[in-house]
Amino acid sequence: MILQDYLFLCLGMGFVTYVPRWVPLFALSQRTLPRWLEEWLDLIPVAILSALILPSLVTAGEPRQLSLWNIDLLVAVPVLLFALRTRSLGGTVVLGMALYWLAGKFLG
Amino acid sequence: MPTPAATADRTSILKDGIRAAWPICLGYVPIGLAFGVLAQKAGLSPLAIGLMSVLVFAGSSQFIAVAMLEAGSGIAAIVATVFTVNLRHLLMSSAISVYLKGIHRRWLALFAYGITDESFALNLVRFREGNWDWKRALTVNHVTNAIWVGSTLIGGLGGSFIPAHAFGIDYALMAMFLCLLVYQLRGRLYIVTGLVAGVVAVALSLAIPGNSYIVAASVIAATAGLYIRRRYPEIGRTKGPG
Repeated sequence: MILQDYLFLCLGMGFVTYVPRWVPLFALSQRTLPRWLEEWLDLIPVAILSALILPSLVTAGEPRQLSLWNIDLLVAVPVLLFALRTRSLGGTVVLGMALYWLAGKFLG
Repeated sequence: MPTPAATADRTSILKDGIRAAWPICLGYVPIGLAFGVLAQKAGLSPLAIGLMSVLVFAGSSQFIAVAMLEAGSGIAAIVATVFTVNLRHLLMSSAISVYLKGIHRRWLALFAYGITDESFALNLVRFREGNWDWKRALTVNHVTNAIWVGSTLIGGLGGSFIPAHAFGIDYALMAMFLCLLVYQLRGRLYIVTGLVAGVVAVALSLAIPGNSYIVAASVIAATAGLYIRRRYPEIGRTKGPG
């Protein structure tokens, strides 16, 4: 691929990535939102996090298939319990890494 | 000359931002290195890799773009794919906009550049807890951006100085997300919404290729949650600020 094409590619990718990041900030932060929209947006973070996490824990392969026995999921259980109990972000990250490392050594 | 007070203020903003950003940085290093190595194998120079990381700053779409480049896809097809992969940022940007009211548009334009899954989730939790402002959030965005660009560059130079899968570092982001999810469970309604999102996301991800399931499941779950909040107000009552 010649340089100019590559530059166009990166600019195009940058543009279509930037626009969805920018439009809502620009449009919504300057005004008062209707109550239902505020309440809806209040539920978006928990929904997105859950939608990001769960499929990557219980599915695998291409095309994706259900996989209920894997190290990622196995480690997630104690890590989640630890997070619920301590509410410590740093501790959860360190514990997650340690357990994942150990699980990879002994089960992987 | 900035006054000593202004300098101290700036230092504390930087310190708070960096301190908050470390789990993301830890997670970005192995992914960035892996991307750099892969892109270099696909024939991209370190400069080309750095350029893409600076202009795009989105992990999964960069991996997809390199895979499509190798497969000989055209520019339009790659750009269109990247667009659909990153549509989920629409929802994140909307949700975080609530905390960025009254900020000058110039700063919003800069802030938008740094919205990723990781910075979004982390900043949102901090905003909700209080003691957080847009300058500290912006620091998180840019520190993580610098780490991403730097590690993809180093990977592209062939310097994968961290052996693959060392010290469970691959799990850093997952552990961070799990803890940030726990922070979001502020009442029964949030637990129900999270469960709906997770189950719908798994079902959709098995049924359709790509990652559109993230946006679809989030919209469905938040809408269901809003319905429940209206229909059964006793479930919707939250602890703490809504």
